[in-house]
Amino acid sequence: MVTEMKDYTPNIEVQKENILNVNNLEIFYGEKRAVNGISMDIEENTITALIGPSGCGKSTFLRSINRMNDLIPGAFAKGEIIYEGLNILSNNINVGALRKEIGMVFQKPNPFPKSIYENITHALKFSGLKKKSQLNEIVEESLTKAALWDEVKDRLHESALSLSGGQQQRLCIARTIAMKPTVMLLDEPSSALDPISNAKVEELIVELKNDYSIVIVTHNMQQASRISDKTAFFLNGDLVEFDQTEKIFTNPSVKKTEEYISGRFG
Amino acid sequence: MNAKVADRVATGVFIVIAFIIVSVLIGLFSFILYHGFQHVSLKFLTTPSSNMSAGGGIRDQLFNSFYVLFITMLITVPLGVGGGVYMAEYARPGRITNIIRSCIEVLASLPSIVIGLFGLLMFVTLTGWGYTILGGALALTVFNLPVMVRVTEDAIHSVPRDLKEASLALGITHWHTIKTILLPSAFPTILTGGILAAGRVFGEAAALLFTAGLSTPRLDYTDWNPFSQISPLNIFRPAETLAVHIWSINTQGLIPDVDAVSNGSAAVLILSVLLFNLLARWIGSLIHKKVTATK
Ligand SMILES: Nc1ncnc2c1ncn2[C@@H]1O[C@H](COP(=O)(O)OP(=O)(O)O)[C@@H](O)[C@H]1O
Ligand SMILES: [Mg+2]
Repeated sequence: MVTEMKDYTPNIEVQKENILNVNNLEIFYGEKRAVNGISMDIEENTITALIGPSGCGKSTFLRSINRMNDLIPGAFAKGEIIYEGLNILSNNINVGALRKEIGMVFQKPNPFPKSIYENITHALKFSGLKKKSQLNEIVEESLTKAALWDEVKDRLHESALSLSGGQQQRLCIARTIAMKPTVMLLDEPSSALDPISNAKVEELIVELKNDYSIVIVTHNMQQASRISDKTAFFLNGDLVEFDQTEKIFTNPSVKKTEEYISGRFG
Repeated sequence: MNAKVADRVATGVFIVIAFIIVSVLIGLFSFILYHGFQHVSLKFLTTPSSNMSAGGGIRDQLFNSFYVLFITMLITVPLGVGGGVYMAEYARPGRITNIIRSCIEVLASLPSIVIGLFGLLMFVTLTGWGYTILGGALALTVFNLPVMVRVTEDAIHSVPRDLKEASLALGITHWHTIKTILLPSAFPTILTGGILAAGRVFGEAAALLFTAGLSTPRLDYTDWNPFSQISPLNIFRPAETLAVHIWSINTQGLIPDVDAVSNGSAAVLILSVLLFNLLARWIGSLIHKKVTATK
């Protein structure tokens, strides 16, 4: 078993690197402040779940990480989100390049009204990839990673809208994967799906953790406890508690967290 | 009156209304086509019109109608779609945008005779061109442009926000998203707007009277050099369209077979609009299917 010896790594909890450092982040919609100065570190190859009652700022925070809030007139952020040594909130960031590295999947599946194949190649072609063989390869690879390849390989050129909701969502995940991001932001990705599709998407997310750092907003506490490594509890724009998921769900330090977990409000 | 009865009554009322609309339409169509087709023949379509004597055709007028339409759409569509994209995607919501929008609406509701007079001043007198196809097309653009802008703006607004976000979230630029996601999704609606605009061009007389004129020079259909005086493609020649022709022979009344010619022209005009409509829709749906990969 010489080969195995070579790959041997000591079985200790390795401290994972941080991929994102959030410092004192405040986000405003015009006059209204939706996120009140939060700080947290997001680790590499980890699933970080954001939980909290609706309207507490989870989506707002998530969308600031790939600058999607830029689309909302009047929205702006203060503070820092450091990614690869750069503050991604600063004005001179190339937002297009950032979004390629920090991909996003939305609550409602939103495939383009194009073929399944084109859904994946749309952004690849834009970024300059033209060779058919290369495109084909990436399409197969990303659909395989999104656990969709077997279901669609014979109908790649049919409309993506002919897929079921769950398949559409996995296609959206595949098209994000195809860009080879480092971070994936998921905003309640399975809340619009039926239980079976939901289970499939969850399984997929856990699988993806090996290659990507994942931040997932979820309304569903079972989901957070099932799939995430770390959990952040938001309330009214504040980050109330951020810790190992197990700790949050079994022995939270803050009373509010415990009340929320046990379903006393929200 | 309980809900069930109200429902029945409402259904009944709507059926009656639909019936009235359909029968008016059928009545009108069959009237025009019945009277018109007694005079339509290959000869009618292929001989030039006559000023004094009976037996004239509508060859040039028919060609002019399509050619004016083509030139108008060539100007209107790019400008209109561009303006609509600007209004929907680039204009900041606020006072100025609202003022622009109101101006567009006012422009769209100007009576066409006013536009004709404006065209006479602008494109005939001021430019010194005289009566020209280009002048006519520009006058028609003035009143089609607002419709096109408005239709495009609405069409783009009605594309789900999700799709735009999906594209931007993949690192694609705003302009490329407009080109490859928003415009293709808005295409069917924009096409319908274009067809409506085209229909107005076919039927328009008032705006063309003073801009494209009431006459057509002797044309040589073998001369395809657009700069030649006798070429049908020359955009700096006067051109009487079918709709204008119907109006002018009826007001001047110099030819003895006015009724026959105008009935025939009306039938051809209607049929042209219909054919154009069907063709445009058919080509549009082919394009749309290709873009969206639907069957
Ligand atoms: N586009 C917007 N304009 C103004 N306020 C907004 C907008 N989006 C969200 N908000 C407000 O920001 C707060 C946080 O919203 P959001 O981040 O969507 O919450 P969550 O995702 O946790 O349900 C809410 O009070 C919401 O009303
Ligand atoms: Mg949300």
